[in-house]
Amino acid sequence: MKLDAKIPSGPLAQKWDRHRFEMKLINPANKRKFDVIVVGTGLAGASAAATLAELGYNVKAFCYQDSPRRAHSIAAQGGINAAKNYQNDGDSIYRLFYDTIKGGDFRAREANVYRLAQVSVNIIDQCVAQGVPFAREYGGLLANRSFGGAQVSRTFYARGQTGQQLLLGAYQALCRQIGLGTVKMFPRAEMLDLVLVNGHAKGIVARDLVTGEISAHAADAVVLATGGYGNVFYLSTNAKGCNVTATWRAYKRGAAFANPCYTQIHPTCIPVSGDHQSKLTLMSESLRNDGRVWVPKKKADNRPPGQIPEEDRDYYLERKYPSFGNLAPRDISSRAAKEVCDEGRGVGPGGRGVYLDFADAIGRIGEGAVRERYGNLFDMYEKITGENAYQRPMRIYPAVHYTMGGLWVDYNMMSTVPGLFVLGEANFSDHGANRLGASALMQGLADGYFVLPYTIGHYFASEKQPKARPDQPEFKKVIAEMETLTKKLLAVNGRRTVNSFHKELGGWLWEKCGMARNESGLKELLQKIPALREEFWKNVKVSGENGELNQNLEHAGRVADFLEFAELLVLDALERRESCGGHFRTEFQTEDGEAKRDDEHFAYVAAWEYAGAGRPPVLNKEPLDYEEVHMSTRSYK
Amino acid sequence: MNLTLKVWRQKDARSQGRLETYQAANVLADMSFLEMLDVVNEELIAKGGEPIAFDSDCREGICGTCSMMINGIAHGGLRGTTVCQLHMRHFHDGDTIVIEPWRARAFPVIKDLVTDRGAFDRIIQAGGFVSVNTGGTPDANALPVGKTEADRAMDAAACIGCGACVAACKNASAMLFVSAKVSHLASLPQGRAERERRVLNMVRVMDESGFGNCTVTGSCEAVCPKEISLDFIAQMNREYGQAILKNSGPRQSKGGD
Ligand SMILES: Cc1cc2nc3c(=O)[nH]c(=O)nc-3n(C[C@H](O)[C@H](O)[C@H](O)COP(=O)(O)OP(=O)(O)OC[C@H]3O[C@@H](n4cnc5c(N)ncnc54)[C@H](O)[C@@H]3O)c2cc1C
Ligand code: FES
Repeated sequence: MKLDAKIPSGPLAQKWDRHRFEMKLINPANKRKFDVIVVGTGLAGASAAATLAELGYNVKAFCYQDSPRRAHSIAAQGGINAAKNYQNDGDSIYRLFYDTIKGGDFRAREANVYRLAQVSVNIIDQCVAQGVPFAREYGGLLANRSFGGAQVSRTFYARGQTGQQLLLGAYQALCRQIGLGTVKMFPRAEMLDLVLVNGHAKGIVARDLVTGEISAHAADAVVLATGGYGNVFYLSTNAKGCNVTATWRAYKRGAAFANPCYTQIHPTCIPVSGDHQSKLTLMSESLRNDGRVWVPKKKADNRPPGQIPEEDRDYYLERKYPSFGNLAPRDISSRAAKEVCDEGRGVGPGGRGVYLDFADAIGRIGEGAVRERYGNLFDMYEKITGENAYQRPMRIYPAVHYTMGGLWVDYNMMSTVPGLFVLGEANFSDHGANRLGASALMQGLADGYFVLPYTIGHYFASEKQPKARPDQPEFKKVIAEMETLTKKLLAVNGRRTVNSFHKELGGWLWEKCGMARNESGLKELLQKIPALREEFWKNVKVSGENGELNQNLEHAGRVADFLEFAELLVLDALERRESCGGHFRTEFQTEDGEAKRDDEHFAYVAAWEYAGAGRPPVLNKEPLDYEEVHMSTRSYK
Repeated sequence: MNLTLKVWRQKDARSQGRLETYQAANVLADMSFLEMLDVVNEELIAKGGEPIAFDSDCREGICGTCSMMINGIAHGGLRGTTVCQLHMRHFHDGDTIVIEPWRARAFPVIKDLVTDRGAFDRIIQAGGFVSVNTGGTPDANALPVGKTEADRAMDAAACIGCGACVAACKNASAMLFVSAKVSHLASLPQGRAERERRVLNMVRVMDESGFGNCTVTGSCEAVCPKEISLDFIAQMNREYGQAILKNSGPRQSKGGD
């Protein structure tokens, strides 16, 4: 497989402008001759579908929820970055670019990240014009806050519901197009597979989740915006339905999967309360603006937090990273929390928790001001734990949150399958080995509003492919395969529930391929995962039938894919014999326990290529050549 | 704690439904209501039964997917709380809990506790947006918006579209939902240009979808997990009245716009 990132020539700051000029255009009257399938209607998919339809393309959009308004993007709390420099505190496109590259531990592609920082400013303009009710100052201008990994205040927010408001903006733009008849929306529909004709992506096979009908949809290009795969860990902050199915099936049809081992563990989540736990809840990182993280200095200090005097507390982030303090990036904060808990200084049930304390902030700005900023988060915390965080510190612990890895795409957002574009969390493109807070919303909207709408036209104008029809043999074959797969799942009729497999797989990954990884643990997983997969296909029990709403069957299909995908994730983690960002190999650390990158050997994107069932996947490497920034050791001290 | 559940089971839209009884044993206080149902479902599947179908996704109270009547109250009656955020510490050992789907003509049952809320999407498609295309928008700070207006817009925009307001209303009215979107956009300068056609179109589709009239009983506000205020219904009525007045004269344009 040849990886060509198609990065435009010229100076970094001019690449995107130049590329936009050089790309071929489709004349407005001809756009309506092109059909585009968009799978996923989160921030990335909804913004893309709406914009493509505004331009004149015919769009078919799919999501598994009952409405596009419910995509997982809705859950984002903290905010969205943009290099507006409204605060006059030294921000610039270059600084946002640099912070993102550095935050990603020098494992992202320079040109993509620079473009992201460039279009970030347009995103805020667009959202405001749509009526997104961002927080404002008394003077009527937009308010900002700061987020981890940055020393400027560039994060825009709408209370603690930024993702919701941005998604509703994109959803409303999408609805407008649905109303105009330019987008046909398929809610409660799950993409099961990608269909290629002549090596080009020409459509999908999807299952109607209400009737069970499996049918084909043809188009001139397919866009995947299906989100991340964090749920491979079972417990994560992702919505229950988040899955790897769409991207995994595309991988099996020839799209390279990049850096699957780059997974992000978020430092501020509510700790696990018991075996029944079905998901974990994030407490937005914005809380770290005002909350101070600490644990007792002594092991097993069981005094209530209020009775532990200052001198017996260890504000370990402030101690270890004085210049960033509580706002140290996520990977660093998460590992630091694990470390103090491993030392036996954790708090709460099972000793898996650290305090996030607002007492100082309440003393400084008053409870009212804290409530104004974070009220909904404090309420949510109380609902889940039954504790009042205005009165005693929150207990938090890291949890799986985001996946930087995803399908490999070139500068045009196209995967290694021509005509298959991948946006948002589903691709690998901009965050390297670690994503900074408030940058996923930015990326999803950048991809959907401002990048794909240009690059897809260039594909149509340069590749004159014949129209595909859903009754072609290529489609019929995939439908038949999917029907067989569904029947197979229902026919096993074994003794173990789908959920029990998912939970077991996730537990193993969290233990051996979570915040810290090492060779022996990873090798052990490579033995155990195939065995679990084999057991799944012999012993799983899926209830009900295909021809109806069958949530157990949906889950079974997703878990079957996780069981395959997990192996690739672990293999990637094993091959990357360095520590970088969210990927921490215990063998590769400095004396004081910081990640030790190896630029000489690992400054590349690992793009895995499917080689057929039962054959080891092929590792392709895209070297990361840094022209603009110097790869330095990341320091937040 | 041990609980008795009476759960609405209905195979599909065409079939008759009925309440079935299940025992939920060893329920822990820290479980969410949906986690309690997960455990019941795991047992049902293991015994070869059909798990109870219910919708959920984020389980954080923000996506608006989860939806069920608990003892006759939408989302279970804890103020400002979706059922996914309702925890079992609010129940007692030995309780009997009746669990039913949203009941409204405009929300037909798909299966068990799962209903079709597509009518809400159709209302938004009719006008719940600002007609701007991507690109070419002015700088975000070009137009200051007073904090009070922005806050009011946000209060309305917090709606999660779960449908509890409809389920709680004896008339199955969607006024709280529709008014939240109308008020959100009418409170901001960006949304004012098309405020009249917006409210007229949204109300038309609301009526066509089979939702009932609002008689201001306030039951919607009481169950709303985002505590959307009844004031927005008053605001929408004003918006609607003005729009009718302005658009009913002889000079009303016919044909395309
Ligand atoms: C709790 C939480 C808080 C967060 N807070 C922030 C924040 O403050 N700032 C920030 O920048 N980022 C934040 N993030 C990250 C950010 O929200 C996500 O990365 C981003 O929203 C992903 O958007 P997306 O459009 O790529 O995918 P998603 O929003 O996940 O959408 C995926 C879409 O794909 C569809 N789909 C998936 N699989 C299929 C299939 N097989 N068939 C059909 N459809 C399918 C789904 O229906 C959905 O429409 C947060 C994430 C979480 C979990
Ligand atoms: S599942 Fe999202 S609000 Fe309850």
